[in-house]
Amino acid sequence: MNRRPVFLMSVLAFGFAFFYVPILSMIVFSFNNARLATVWGGFSTKWYAKLFSNDQVLEAAWLSVRIALTSATVATILGTMAGIALARFKRFRGRTFFSGLVTAPLIMPEVITGISTLIFFILISNLLEAAFGWKTQRGFTTITIAHITFSLTFVTAIIQSRLRDADIAVEEAAMDLGSRPWQVMKDITLPIISPAILSGWLLAFTISLDDVVITSFTTGPGSTTLPILIWSKVKLGVTPDINALATITVCVVGLGVIIAGVVLSRAERRRDLDAQMAYRANE
Amino acid sequence: MRATAPAEPVRTSAADPAPFIRIDGVSKYFGTFRAVENVSLEIRKGEIFALLGGSGCGKTTLLRMLAGFEDPTKGRIFIDGQDMTGVPAYDRPVNMMFQSYALFPHMSVEKNVGYGLKHERMSDAERKDRVREMLELVQLSQFAHRKPHQISGGQRQRVALARALARQPKLLLLDEPLAALDKKLREHTQFELMDIQHKTGTTFIVVTHDQEEAMILSDRMAVMDKGEVRQVGSPTEIYEYPTNRFVAGFIGSINFAEATVASISGDLAEVEVPSFGGRMTARAVPGLAPGQALTLAVRPEKLAISRERPAAGNAVRGVVSDVGYFGKDSLYKVRLPSGAVLSAHSANARRAAEAERVATWEDEVWLCFDPTAAILLTG
Repeated sequence: MNRRPVFLMSVLAFGFAFFYVPILSMIVFSFNNARLATVWGGFSTKWYAKLFSNDQVLEAAWLSVRIALTSATVATILGTMAGIALARFKRFRGRTFFSGLVTAPLIMPEVITGISTLIFFILISNLLEAAFGWKTQRGFTTITIAHITFSLTFVTAIIQSRLRDADIAVEEAAMDLGSRPWQVMKDITLPIISPAILSGWLLAFTISLDDVVITSFTTGPGSTTLPILIWSKVKLGVTPDINALATITVCVVGLGVIIAGVVLSRAERRRDLDAQMAYRANE
Repeated sequence: MRATAPAEPVRTSAADPAPFIRIDGVSKYFGTFRAVENVSLEIRKGEIFALLGGSGCGKTTLLRMLAGFEDPTKGRIFIDGQDMTGVPAYDRPVNMMFQSYALFPHMSVEKNVGYGLKHERMSDAERKDRVREMLELVQLSQFAHRKPHQISGGQRQRVALARALARQPKLLLLDEPLAALDKKLREHTQFELMDIQHKTGTTFIVVTHDQEEAMILSDRMAVMDKGEVRQVGSPTEIYEYPTNRFVAGFIGSINFAEATVASISGDLAEVEVPSFGGRMTARAVPGLAPGQALTLAVRPEKLAISRERPAAGNAVRGVVSDVGYFGKDSLYKVRLPSGAVLSAHSANARRAAEAERVATWEDEVWLCFDPTAAILLTG
């Protein structure tokens, strides 16, 4: 009679195992003392020590962080502006077209985006050289521009959906009380959508940090990001120091997600409690 | 506007020499949809004016044009003599209380109320005083530091009111101000709203779909249908002297019967009412001609029910087909020989057991009404 829950629980367990056993085994093997990544040879933290003395890895990590910070910030600013325009400026000419243009990269295969961006950069670089004799190289700037382009789409989508749920009357009320449109934006709209802006930024940061495909098209000599480095190392075989690097990444990302979740749920719970108290007080 | 002069002038609704708000031939089209069609209204200083109508009648669109959120397709709006054409919402001497209240969720009650004052030229002390004064007016002083989600619905409504009044607007627009409150709170708040209006002397325009709310709150009201104003007048004028079938039917309940004018003598008209089985006398309205087809209307509470034929007035004979007992009054449905069914409301002024009441199922009764109670509708 209790068969259903047992069946469901085992499916759940299997699903979770499928997700997390690979990650757990990677973490375990990052503490492996052996040279082979998949054979246990005792506990050791030597791969971590090796990782932190590896300039190539540190340099790649620093480049990735710089690109992610810059592209996430720019994409958030532009994406917020686009999201507001799409959600609030009602009937402007070419709105549907603009909306399509912004969301198209969401479904565009990354390889296509990568190739087209590469061609675009080559064209620009040729033009700059022909016009000003200015020799340019692909690297930080081109990768950042490419990352802005695709993370912009995600930020726009988040902002747009947040604004669609928000009561437009709140903005009208501010205008009714004497605020000009830019003041309404500053006092009302931006504070209300600030959680969406923050999550948009985090998403843009994350997808920039772990992008391989588009980065590999737009990078140049000497500009190796962390995911590209891992990718190229793995081609020579999985070594324990890659495990260590991946473990650190998982920990950093996991910690961020946990902190964000705790903060958000705490704020939510406090709001519910306040609301309950208010109703009880007024009965 | 097709307001014809009421048969008995209760209170004139003719134009003031200098109306405070003048809506002059205003239309608003959204594509091919005519939300508001050629509306002209004059609203006096210090009155509570209600815009009453069903959903989609254009009342909210009209309100939004007054606030400056929509531009009229045609026509002009004057507030205190100033043409509002091209004046944006933030520069109008008008404030609005939104149906959803539209409180700023990230600001305290105090900050909400004071928000509009930051654009006024006044000192910080004056600003603080005004906020305190407003919170006292709506009795929310002890909630000044709460956020909107920490107070109840009724309190939120009062915060919205205080915020809209803080800038001392010449005109306050209220969009369904009581719709989000439960029935008990609504009744209480109605009188509170009138009291606050009295204290501040601000001109109020209230949009509502609730006829009782409009009747209780307003000094005058406009009944709207399909973008047009069908009648303007005091609640009494609208209820007792409707000028067309729509207004008569929209406000309260009413019995309609098709009729033809037989003769007119002085201020009384004889009309032939086939469904009532004979001639009835009614107070004439201007512009009647013998042979003209029109509608005779009588409110249920104006129909007296009795067992004997009354000595005077219009009388119709029928059989009680249904009785609804409401406590303070009873509703009788009386079927006439023609098949028409009339509703009559009768107050239960005396305490009586069921058997002792004036009539019950299947009783033959007379329904009687005074000529002054009969409304002749030509529109």
